[in-house]
Amino acid sequence: MKGNDRMAVKNLKCKECSTEYELGANFFCAECFGPLEVRYDYSGLNPEETRRRIQAGSRGIWRYADFLPFDGKAGDPLEPGMTPLIKADRLSDRLGTGAEIYIKNDAANPTHSFKDRVVAVAIAKAKELGFETVACASTGNLANAVAAHAAAAGLDSYVFVPSNLEEQKLLATDIYGTNLVGVNGNYDDVNRLCTQLADEKPWAFVNVNLRPYYAEGSKTLAYETVEQLGWSLPDRVVAPIASGSLFTKISRGFQEWKEIGLVDGEHPVFHGAQAEGCSPVATAFAEGSRVCRPQKPDTIAKSLAIGDPADGPYAVVQANETGGSIDAVNDDRIREGIRLLAETTGIFTETAGGVTVGVLKKLAERGELNDGEKVVVYITGEGLKTLDANRDSFALTEIEPTPDSFESKFGQEVVA
Amino acid sequence: MAVTVKIPTQLRATTGGLADLSAEGSTVGEVLEAVFSEHGDLRDRITEEGELRRFVNVYVGGEDIRFGEGLGTAVSDGTEVTILPAVAGG
Repeated sequence: MKGNDRMAVKNLKCKECSTEYELGANFFCAECFGPLEVRYDYSGLNPEETRRRIQAGSRGIWRYADFLPFDGKAGDPLEPGMTPLIKADRLSDRLGTGAEIYIKNDAANPTHSFKDRVVAVAIAKAKELGFETVACASTGNLANAVAAHAAAAGLDSYVFVPSNLEEQKLLATDIYGTNLVGVNGNYDDVNRLCTQLADEKPWAFVNVNLRPYYAEGSKTLAYETVEQLGWSLPDRVVAPIASGSLFTKISRGFQEWKEIGLVDGEHPVFHGAQAEGCSPVATAFAEGSRVCRPQKPDTIAKSLAIGDPADGPYAVVQANETGGSIDAVNDDRIREGIRLLAETTGIFTETAGGVTVGVLKKLAERGELNDGEKVVVYITGEGLKTLDANRDSFALTEIEPTPDSFESKFGQEVVA
Repeated sequence: MAVTVKIPTQLRATTGGLADLSAEGSTVGEVLEAVFSEHGDLRDRITEEGELRRFVNVYVGGEDIRFGEGLGTAVSDGTEVTILPAVAGG
């Protein structure tokens, strides 16, 4: 079989009006402003052969090259992916559910969030298209990933973030030698600015003019889940929603593999998680509407603080079509979620993970998790990046360096 | 009152290549009507049944008009009205 026979990527197509475009640095439809999405032709893929090729492939996301938007061979020096899927029995017990809960710990990526997946794809595409400078509008995790992957690829980078971002995320971006730009405004202001700049600069903004390719990277979370569950589908997933891109692309990944015949079974039920302080998608879901009215974010979950979510309407449709839901939790529930996951699984997640676990807990309380079903919870980022959220939350018992002092504080008997 | 309307590159085929248009009006809706009377092809790209299309964002002085009065948002002399795609970010 010739290599080219396998290359399935076809073109870009408007999700709203179906107008087709060539594969280039383009992200919205000139006819109706709808989002463009990468289309593939998988008719030449044989399931058995594809499965063997995946299993013989590289360790991370590039093993799924057949399903990523490249004509030729793509790769990157910081290959993300194949992060652990951990069965979380102690979490199930604490939640009082008979469901089998699995944690997909995507903090175990090169820059400690799922953004490594989308950025690896976008930067490989930027190189293929001949760009020398990459950029992004970020709430922090993307900033880390773009700066790191640009450094590894030898490209210049500009990273735009709200200037009030967590110090950890600023430091862990600038260290890679990027141009770190703090914008006096919220994420939606940063995003608007980058949309304007993308129109003027000859740069690849990974989540603006390269967004159709970038978003494809999130499908790899679905592919890995299927592989790690022994080539089967979960019954239910819980994932955070910021722009809605991750949420819809995980679903797309499952759908593609079902259509090709790489996996059988019912499409999983999708539950979305937002913070109450920025919940335009959860609000639209609750109102039975597709229209996500924009909000001014006010939440500790800054990585989810997108008040005007680009894929919000599609996320609502997906939750409805799969019989799922979209919930929001408040800041106290987010902190509680972070602690609950840490205490039961040994995984310290950032605020976005607290949101996701908070919603998982809500689902358990409402009795929506069924005995024996497989529930995959997507943990998208690392707790050490959002220390402010848990600052002053720990108990430190100070003692003198003597056994007596220890016993006096902890009240234990010395065993002779 | 004259305001400037900024047009993204992908739509400039409908404006004879112009990036900035000058138009009169006291609300965003009036300004857009004035623009459409000059550049008729723009209307269907940006609006549908008299409303902005779902993935079109319009800003007045950097603020999304959905936080104001929508198409009824007031504009004053010298204001900048920016039309942008909503599908970026995340």
